Amino acid sequence: MSTLIIIKIIIILVIFAITLFIAMYSTYAERKIAAVMQDRIGPNRAGPWGILQPLADGGKMFFKEDFIPAFANKKLFIIAPGIAMFTALMTSAIIPWGGSITIWGQTFDLQVADVDIGILYILGVVSIGVYGIMIGGWASNNKYSLFGAVRSSSQMISYELAMGLSILAVIMTTGSLSLKDIVEAQDGGKWNVFYQPLACLLFIVCAFAECNRAPFDLAECESELIGGYHTEYGSMKLGFFLFAEYINMFISSAIISTLFFGGYNFPFMHDLGLSSNALTIVGTLVFFAKICFFIFFFMWVRWTLPRFRYDQLMHLGWKTLIPLAVFNLMLTGGIMLLRDLF
Amino acid sequence: MDNLQKNITENKAVDNFDNKLSTLNLGPTHPATHGIFQNVLKMDGERIHSSEQTLGYIHRAFEKIAERRPYNQIRPLTDRLNYCSSPINNIGWDMTVEKLIGIEIPKRVDYLRVIIMELARIADHLICNSVIAVDTGALTGFTYVFQERERIYEIFEEICGARLTTNIGRIGGFERDFNETANKKLKLFLKEFPKRFKDFETLLCRNRIFMDRIINVGPISAERALNYGFTGPNLRAAGIDYDVRAMNPYSSYQDFEFKIPVGENGDTFDRFMVRQEEIKQSLSIINQAMDMMPEGPYHADVPEFYLPPKTDVYTKMEALIYHFKIIMGETKVPEGEVYFSVEGANGELGYYLISDGGRSPYRLHFRRPCFIYYQAFSEMIKGALLSDAIVTMSSMNVIAGELDA
Repeated sequence: MSTLIIIKIIIILVIFAITLFIAMYSTYAERKIAAVMQDRIGPNRAGPWGILQPLADGGKMFFKEDFIPAFANKKLFIIAPGIAMFTALMTSAIIPWGGSITIWGQTFDLQVADVDIGILYILGVVSIGVYGIMIGGWASNNKYSLFGAVRSSSQMISYELAMGLSILAVIMTTGSLSLKDIVEAQDGGKWNVFYQPLACLLFIVCAFAECNRAPFDLAECESELIGGYHTEYGSMKLGFFLFAEYINMFISSAIISTLFFGGYNFPFMHDLGLSSNALTIVGTLVFFAKICFFIFFFMWVRWTLPRFRYDQLMHLGWKTLIPLAVFNLMLTGGIMLLRDLF
Repeated sequence: MDNLQKNITENKAVDNFDNKLSTLNLGPTHPATHGIFQNVLKMDGERIHSSEQTLGYIHRAFEKIAERRPYNQIRPLTDRLNYCSSPINNIGWDMTVEKLIGIEIPKRVDYLRVIIMELARIADHLICNSVIAVDTGALTGFTYVFQERERIYEIFEEICGARLTTNIGRIGGFERDFNETANKKLKLFLKEFPKRFKDFETLLCRNRIFMDRIINVGPISAERALNYGFTGPNLRAAGIDYDVRAMNPYSSYQDFEFKIPVGENGDTFDRFMVRQEEIKQSLSIINQAMDMMPEGPYHADVPEFYLPPKTDVYTKMEALIYHFKIIMGETKVPEGEVYFSVEGANGELGYYLISDGGRSPYRLHFRRPCFIYYQAFSEMIKGALLSDAIVTMSSMNVIAGELDA
C-alpha cells in the first residue's frame, strides 16, 4: 500500500512538472512558430536560440509590481487567476499517460487516477474553469474586462454542449466513461478518428473554443477589448492567466489524442517484439509526440485564421455544431443498432 | 464643486443597468483606434446604440503654422498629414505652388512623380488592408505585406534619404535623379511584389471567417457618401467612379492606362476589394511609367525656387544669391488664389492656397479626406456590434494625423 502511495506521489509530481514544463515551453514554441509563419526570427536573445526565454518571461512576471486597481474587488481579483490555474492543473489527473509499468514485481499504471467517470470529470473541471475568467473580468471593475468575461462565459457554456454531445458518440461505441478503457479500446490502430470523424472534428473545434484560442479568442480579443478579462491584470497574476491558457492547450491536446487518436497506442505496437516496460515507455513518448503535434496545430490555426464575431460564434455553436453533434449521435446509435440486429 | 458633484451622480444614473445602455469609451488610447481619437459609445450589450466622436487630440495647427513659413518649408508639414503615404502629400503641395507660380514641368519629372505617388499609394493601401485583417485577429498577412512596404520605403530612402516622413521632391521637380540602386530596387520590387501580394490576397479572400467578418459591415450608400463628401476608395466602394487622377488629370496621368475599380454596397468588403484592385492598377501604372520614361532634366528650370547645385553656389554669384534667397524664404510669389487636388491614398487631398505675394501663404487650407470620413463614422456603426465598429474604422483608413492636421 505504502509503495502504491509513494509511486502515485511520484507520478503526480512528475506529471505536474511535465505539465508546467510543457506549458512553459509552449509559450516559447508559440513565439517561434508564429515567427516562422510570419517570416520573422522570433525570440533569440536569451540563451542559445532563445531557449531561456520562458525563464526570462517568468522572472519578469515575478518582479513586476503587483498592482490592484482601486475599485476592484480585491479578494475576487486575487482569487480569479488562482481558480484558472487550479482548474487547468486538475484535469491532468485522469489522463492515461502510458500503459502499465512493472518494477520489482509490482505493476503500476502511468495514470494518477483511473476514475470511472473520467470524461464527466473533465467536463466538470473545465466548467469550473470559466469561473476564473468570469470572476477575473467582473472583479476588475472595467467594462472591457466585463465584456471579455461575458463573452467567454457564454461561449464556454454554448460550446460545452456540443463538446459533451460529440464525446457521447465515443462513449457509446466504447461503452465506458473511463479514459483508460477508451484508450484500450483503440488498441491495434482502431483509432476513434476513423470511426468517428465527425465527432473528432466537432470535439477539436469545441476544444479550441474551450481554451479561448483563436479563432475563438473573443475573451481576450486584443484588437477590440484590449486584453479582455485580463486587461487590468499585471505581474504574476497575469502570468497565471496566460499560463493557464497554455496548460489548457496542453491538456486539450492530450484529451484529443486520448479520445480520438489512440492515446499511447501506435500502429503495429505488438509486432515490434518489445518487452512490456519498453513498450510502455515508447507508447508514452508516442503519446507526447501526438500531444506536441496538436499543440502545434493549435498554434498553426491561431496564426492563420481571423477570429469570429460574437454573433457568428453563437450561430456556429448553436446552429451548426450542436445539430451536427446530435446527428452524429443518431447515426452512431443507428449503426450500432443495425450491427446488433444483423 | 457642487455642480461638478451633481454632474457626476447624474451621469452615473444614466450608466446604470436599469437604463440598459452603458457607456463605453473606445479611445482615445485603444489598440484598435490606430491613432488618438475618442468614440464614446452607448452600448446595448454588444450592440452600439449611438456614438459620439471626439477629435483634435493631435491637432498641431498646421494651417496656422503654414502662414508663417516660406513655401519650401511647408512641405515637411504635409508629411505629417497622412503619414502612411507622405510622398503624395509632398508632391501635391509642390504642384499646388507650381500652379500658383505657373511653372512648366518637364515630362520626366511628371513620370518620376507618378512612380513615387503610386508606390506611396501601394504602401498606404497595404497598411490599410492588412490592418483590417489584424483587427479581425489575423496577424500573419500583416507581416507578409509589411516586408513589401519595407521595400517601398527603401526605394524612398534611396531617392530622398527618408522613409516615413519623406519630404520628397522640391518645387519644380526633384532634388536629385533616381540613382542606380533606386532603379534596381524598383525593378526588383515590381518583379517580386505581385507574388507576395497574391499570397496575401489568397490568405484572406479565400477565408470564410474573414469574409463573414467584413461583408455587409459598416455599409454606406452612394447617396449618403456623396452628401458627406466622400472621395477616394471609400466613395468608389459605394459605387461612384470618381477619381481625381482620371477626372482632372495632373502630373501626366492622362498618359497612362488604368482602371478605376468600383464597389456596390460601400461596405467593408467593398472597401477592401477596391483597395486590393487599386494596388494592382498602381503596379500597372508604375510599369507603364518605367517603360515610357522620357529623357530630360529631373527638375524644372526655376532658379528662384529650385536650389542651385552646391558647386555653383561656391563659384557663381547668381547661384549664391538664389541659394540665399531660397533658404531665407525671400523669393517673391505672385498674388493669387489656387485650389489643387491630388488623389491621395485615401481620398481627394486638396490644397486651397491664397497668396498675397508675401513670403508665406496668406491662408492655406488642407482638404483632408479623413476628416470627412470620420464625420460619417457615427452613422455607419449605428446598430452594429462592437467588433464591426472596429473593422469599419480600420477599413475607412482614418489616419489621426490627417484627421486633426
